[in-house]
Amino acid sequence: MRLLEHIYRTISSIRGPLLLVENVFSARMGEVVRILSPDNREMDGEVLKIEGDTVLIQVYGETRGLDIENSSVVFTDSIKKASLSLDIIGRIFNGSSIPIDNLPMFIPEKLAPVTGFPMNPSARARPEEFIETGFSSIDGLNTLVKGQKLPIFSCAGLPSKELAAGILKNAALKGEKDKFVVVFVAIGLTYHEYSFYRSILEEMRMKFVAFVNIADEPVMERLLAPRFGLTVAEYLAFEKGMDLLVVMTDMTNYCDALREISTAREELPGRRGYPGYMYSDLASIYERAGRINDQKYGSSGSVTILPVVTMPEDDITHPIPDLTGYITEGQIVLSRELHQKGIFPPVDVLPSLSRLMQRGIGEGHTREDHRKIANLLYKYYAKGRDLRRLEAIVGREGMTEDDRGMLNFADAFEREFVNQGMIRRSINETLDAGINLLKRFSLELK
Amino acid sequence: MAGKIKCISGPTVSVEMSGLKLYDRVYVGHAMLTGEVVRLEKDMAVVQIYEDTRGLGIGEPVKGVGMPLTVRLGPGLLSEMFDGLQRPLKRLKEDMGPFITGGKEIYAIDYMKNWRFHPLRKRGEDIKTGEILGYIEEGAFKHFIHSNRSGRIKWITDGDCSLNEAIGEVEDGSMLFGCHEWPVRMPRQYKRKLSPSEPLITGQRCIDFLFPIARGGTVIMPGGFGTGKTILEQSIAKFADVDIVVYVGCGERGNEMAELIDDFSNLTDPWTGRGLMERTILVVNTSNMPVAAREASIYTAVTMAEYYRDMGYHVLLLADSLSRWAEASREISSSLEEMPGEEGYPTYLASRLAGFFERAGVVETLSGKVGSLSMVLSVSPPGGDFTEPVTQACLRTAGAFLMLDTSLAHRRHFPAINWFQSYSLYAKEIIPNFKERVSSQWEELMHRCREILQREEALREVAEIVGIEGLQDADRLLMKASEMIRLEFLCQNAYTGDAFSPPEKTVSKIADIFKFYDNAEEKLKQGVHLDEVLKQ
Ligand SMILES: Nc1ncnc2c1ncn2[C@@H]1O[C@H](COP(=O)(O)OP(=O)(O)OP(=O)(O)O)[C@@H](O)[C@H]1O
Ligand SMILES: [Mg+2]
Repeated sequence: MRLLEHIYRTISSIRGPLLLVENVFSARMGEVVRILSPDNREMDGEVLKIEGDTVLIQVYGETRGLDIENSSVVFTDSIKKASLSLDIIGRIFNGSSIPIDNLPMFIPEKLAPVTGFPMNPSARARPEEFIETGFSSIDGLNTLVKGQKLPIFSCAGLPSKELAAGILKNAALKGEKDKFVVVFVAIGLTYHEYSFYRSILEEMRMKFVAFVNIADEPVMERLLAPRFGLTVAEYLAFEKGMDLLVVMTDMTNYCDALREISTAREELPGRRGYPGYMYSDLASIYERAGRINDQKYGSSGSVTILPVVTMPEDDITHPIPDLTGYITEGQIVLSRELHQKGIFPPVDVLPSLSRLMQRGIGEGHTREDHRKIANLLYKYYAKGRDLRRLEAIVGREGMTEDDRGMLNFADAFEREFVNQGMIRRSINETLDAGINLLKRFSLELK
Repeated sequence: MAGKIKCISGPTVSVEMSGLKLYDRVYVGHAMLTGEVVRLEKDMAVVQIYEDTRGLGIGEPVKGVGMPLTVRLGPGLLSEMFDGLQRPLKRLKEDMGPFITGGKEIYAIDYMKNWRFHPLRKRGEDIKTGEILGYIEEGAFKHFIHSNRSGRIKWITDGDCSLNEAIGEVEDGSMLFGCHEWPVRMPRQYKRKLSPSEPLITGQRCIDFLFPIARGGTVIMPGGFGTGKTILEQSIAKFADVDIVVYVGCGERGNEMAELIDDFSNLTDPWTGRGLMERTILVVNTSNMPVAAREASIYTAVTMAEYYRDMGYHVLLLADSLSRWAEASREISSSLEEMPGEEGYPTYLASRLAGFFERAGVVETLSGKVGSLSMVLSVSPPGGDFTEPVTQACLRTAGAFLMLDTSLAHRRHFPAINWFQSYSLYAKEIIPNFKERVSSQWEELMHRCREILQREEALREVAEIVGIEGLQDADRLLMKASEMIRLEFLCQNAYTGDAFSPPEKTVSKIADIFKFYDNAEEKLKQGVHLDEVLKQ
């Protein structure tokens, strides 16, 4: 074991974000290194692979301008850690956790590895506390609960950021004021998108922490930003008892960064070029959502993750949404068709799902008739949608009166229940809207 | 045996060391991480590490254990929850808090705990390896202890014992113990295999009635995300008519396990009325836990399952999901730089899977009892496309195929088992059993049910052209009957009292639907108007 930092000037190759350093004495996996470029820039990196005294390093930051002769690498003998303190609330950082809000770095209370540790499954508490988002299609039919990971599956050009912002606003309004904190992670966003979110956070005077990686910033930092965000979230939730809502957008940029780096590492590409370990990698992020049940480590906090995923080619079977859906506890799917009909939020409730809904609704959570109303709305809307296909072939005239009624119901459901523009509904308003709709079509509340 | 780390790449390290055997277990580094030797060269060994390698350094020591990866078998496994390496998660939590922070060896078995041993053999008797010495009361179960030696019994305990001491001795001086270790990758021995002939009742109407499964059989259920694999696995785990359930959460979600523990702790086994956890062993290696331990988890689980089978019990192993296991082997194979096969999976994927499936079956145990090990395994095909290698490899060996259908799931038809594509190769052998035990009409009703579903499909195509109004009344009635079958019979909401349907209920429900149908048909013939008929 080494006690001091070691400096090497033995870089033997530079390939994209990867460096090979030779003659290194006892490096360790995941060790953080500092790289000094000839023009005195400094950036971080991490040990990826060690073969004897040759070490492969992954660089966080821009490798442009590095050279073989004059750049040097410092081995620090520690692994990548995030600085933590309550003072972090209200701060904005870049993807490498450097403040970008013109304020000095805070004094950390502690450091924690950014990759975190897996939560012991036997220490988890079952998520069951309802979070009101203000959107009927979510609260009524795809209910979100504390500790859940529920992505928004969007298509290019659909208003996913307006939906995410709306959820943030409402959740902040309804959450306990000093317990509720938002962690916002921007991954490869355009500056325009980022300013939109930023203005929402500021306008709302929400407690937040932001990690921001803009489209023209280093790709490596896209992999780091969510991990910093989650390390902070875990700290605030499980050590300080707060309720964290982590918004990560856009996870498609994250996955593309993963692919880019995997290719640079000359790894075997999997489906569509994404690495074979993408499932495990995404899981190492999403599984950090949750609650802890153990009184001994007592904390009532929770980490809820709301990622935004843009489905390439609007295709839900594309590896990114596909693997995400296999990991998350449901998905909110936006539909281009509904958007074109002018419906906001354009949530298609049929492929959408909240797997943790059952425990979070009903008496003591929302309202005792919630489950019944949700089931009926689903049932009739699904039937109406089925009939639309038939309608396209045989026309309305060829259909029974009941079936025509069902078609009208499906239309009204989209126009009146799903569509709500800028207005937010409380859960009671949502459920009442559902009841009224069912009554109007004389659909029995059996 | 000791050596030093030369290279580290992801979860594999190369070690300068000799004297190791392939698949030997080793401890790696100062942190004593558990590893397994996966490749040997002259003076070099490649080790697969089961824990996070972060922080591991070059030159750190590696020690051989002289034994392959094993699990500990003995009383006390029931109602416990283990990780893929059989570390007890509840005790791990007491030790290191809610996060799993590092390699720490805690044995699956509590060697200090006191048990009550009842000998079934006496001093002076001759005993052979594999014969029953006696039993320990493990909850409601007689936990039979098999002899690990042959010889004449010199002494044997009667009464309290703990597992760190012998419970007897044979005359050559060998000690007899109440627990032992067994290599996870080696199937446990039995006298002979028998062919499956008894049904394994799941309490799911669609399965019991249309695709019945046999004790000792293997079932796969592939389906895209959100098609209800986990809910179905868990429902079967709750209600199946077996003695012991081993449930493997293989590379899936942590919250799901919290849910399962919560449910199981509050439910009773419908067949015996005892707490559900009392008959259950959980093996959990969630998606964010180390990948190599995920690969090992199904072997850890199946070995414990075989162990209870060997006592003459009917054991059901459920794994969710086998695809995550396959992906773990793919990650390991690629870090070993092996030549990849289809979609990057190792070329030995199919043979490994077949080997695993082969550990299921009905057997006559070494002590002459009959026990069974059944498997119900979920598969998560990427993009919901069943032509992918894992689903295809499973299809070649599994005895029943329950295809979960995304379009049914989107319509909230659960369990989303597609009734046209699914099949069970056990149906023929076990239907007579249902006929005898439940209803003589079982088979006849089943054929009729299938026929109606078939005809509905054909009529639906016609209706798409001419409209429902264009169909004849008799056909519209049939479609109504078929809808009833789908919605009231095949659908089974896991969150209601209907989640469990004993075979008697299953058969009476379908018989009621047919009764309605027959009546209605009769009325139509008498000239009553269809709307009138359907009203009732
Ligand atoms: N029998 C059932 N009754 C009622 N709802 C069900 C049933 N089966 C599934 N569901 C619904 O479908 C959702 C998804 O089910 P489940 O989590 O089992 O899917 P899965 O196939 O395991 O998905 P993944 O592959 O992503 O793990 C559940 O959360 C529940 O809402
Ligand atoms: Mg599942």
